[in-house]
Amino acid sequence: MPAPIVMGAAAVLVDCADADEVLAVHAEALRRREAGLLTAEEIVPAARTVLLAGVPDPAALAAAITGWELRAVDVAAGPVVEIPVRFDGPDLPDVAAHWGVTAPAAEATVLAAELTVAFCGFSPGFAYLTGLGREVPRRATPRTSVPAGSVALAGPYAGVYPQRSPGGWQIVGTAVGIEIWDVERDPAALLSPGTRVRFVAAT
Amino acid sequence: MSGLEILDAGALVTVQDRGRVGAAHLGVPRAGAADLAAHDAANALVGNDPSAATLEATMLGVRVRARGATVLAVTGARCEVFVGGVRAPWGAPFRVGRGQVVEVGAAVAGARAYVAVRGGIDVAPVLGSRSADTLSGLGPAPVRAGDVLPVGEAPPRDDELFRATRGAAAAAPSLEQERGAAALSVVPGPRWEWLGARGWATLLAREWTVSVDSNRVGVRLAGESLARARAGEIPSEGMVRGAVQLPPSGLPVIFLADHPTTGGYPVVAIVREGSHSRLAQARPGDTLRLVG
Repeated sequence: MPAPIVMGAAAVLVDCADADEVLAVHAEALRRREAGLLTAEEIVPAARTVLLAGVPDPAALAAAITGWELRAVDVAAGPVVEIPVRFDGPDLPDVAAHWGVTAPAAEATVLAAELTVAFCGFSPGFAYLTGLGREVPRRATPRTSVPAGSVALAGPYAGVYPQRSPGGWQIVGTAVGIEIWDVERDPAALLSPGTRVRFVAAT
Repeated sequence: MSGLEILDAGALVTVQDRGRVGAAHLGVPRAGAADLAAHDAANALVGNDPSAATLEATMLGVRVRARGATVLAVTGARCEVFVGGVRAPWGAPFRVGRGQVVEVGAAVAGARAYVAVRGGIDVAPVLGSRSADTLSGLGPAPVRAGDVLPVGEAPPRDDELFRATRGAAAAAPSLEQERGAAALSVVPGPRWEWLGARGWATLLAREWTVSVDSNRVGVRLAGESLARARAGEIPSEGMVRGAVQLPPSGLPVIFLADHPTTGGYPVVAIVREGSHSRLAQARPGDTLRLVG
């Protein structure tokens, strides 16, 4: 059961039991806004929560959410984006060692994963991809500058740095010939919540 | 009116409007004027829509030259205003002739002055907003001396402004020098339990100093650390302006305009909207109290 909490005078933070419930609450909030049943400037899914911000009456919305009929979201129905990857990341050996496999086997794990954008954050267009099936710790010391397009792993997530930024994720490769974030493009973000992602070996 | 030429960009001068709405789920911060009420008031004084972009001048003011005759207004932080070396009103519209230099002095109360020009600053919008986002770098870069900022079209008749808005400065938030600590009104946040009843009482009882590390992302409070009632971490979750985060240091950080869309520290309190202007006008070294 999602647990909505009033967050100040214009927002509700919905606590969810797990990632699947986040998907379901997010989908239902989008459906309701589309149907004119919900006024919210922002609908922001995260790891275990969905934030509804810019809402007119948070207390009433919080009460209403407990009565929402949630449907399980079929992640296989989302659009698919293929991202070509060159496995030239400096942390690939560390990731392979952490998993107890060879570097080519670690690459194969990344290429085999059916990934989905669970949520975005950290920086514009940065998508947290779930479905890797393996975990790695963050780097002990974050890098002060990670190049745009770096394909990286941390915790249960995979991601692609949309622009140059500091970062503590393990870099395994580089996305080739694809812009993850481009403000001149509509939509600016290649990856939005619900988008499915497959990494493919760059040729 | 062909533009505003920046002669001196002070400490930090940025173009701001009401921010980027509707893209937080993509990791795009809202940005926008730190003191939205002062931004709106400045726009109203020159006859602009609230959506028009203004200049946000931090602490040390800004000096500009008008490339055409226009009307300006300054609100937010209290400061001296001069046009061609002659004192001009604060919190009221004033005319500026072509080529005249407008000097917005250093803030004497508050931290951020807003300079509205009739027609609005007309830099190219990015994702629906002209705001400079100092966290993500979206929007125009902070202005520098030598920049010429385009100004939007405005109806030629402006006589009405000087009648209709007489006294409108009173609508701008008062920032007269306050005696003692300024009070920010707060309500418990969604992760209030990380503070607990005793921690909440302590949060409200203490006087906090605004840290010099404060910026458009957040106001950092210095003082005696608060003890967390819980250990561990929470997964990152959606954030709002005014969220009072409690990092492991025990020193609260209150999010302002350029706050990240998500954050991983528990939000133990929320500053009420009515106190957001006061929060945005807090100067390093000011003392603040949080009141329930």
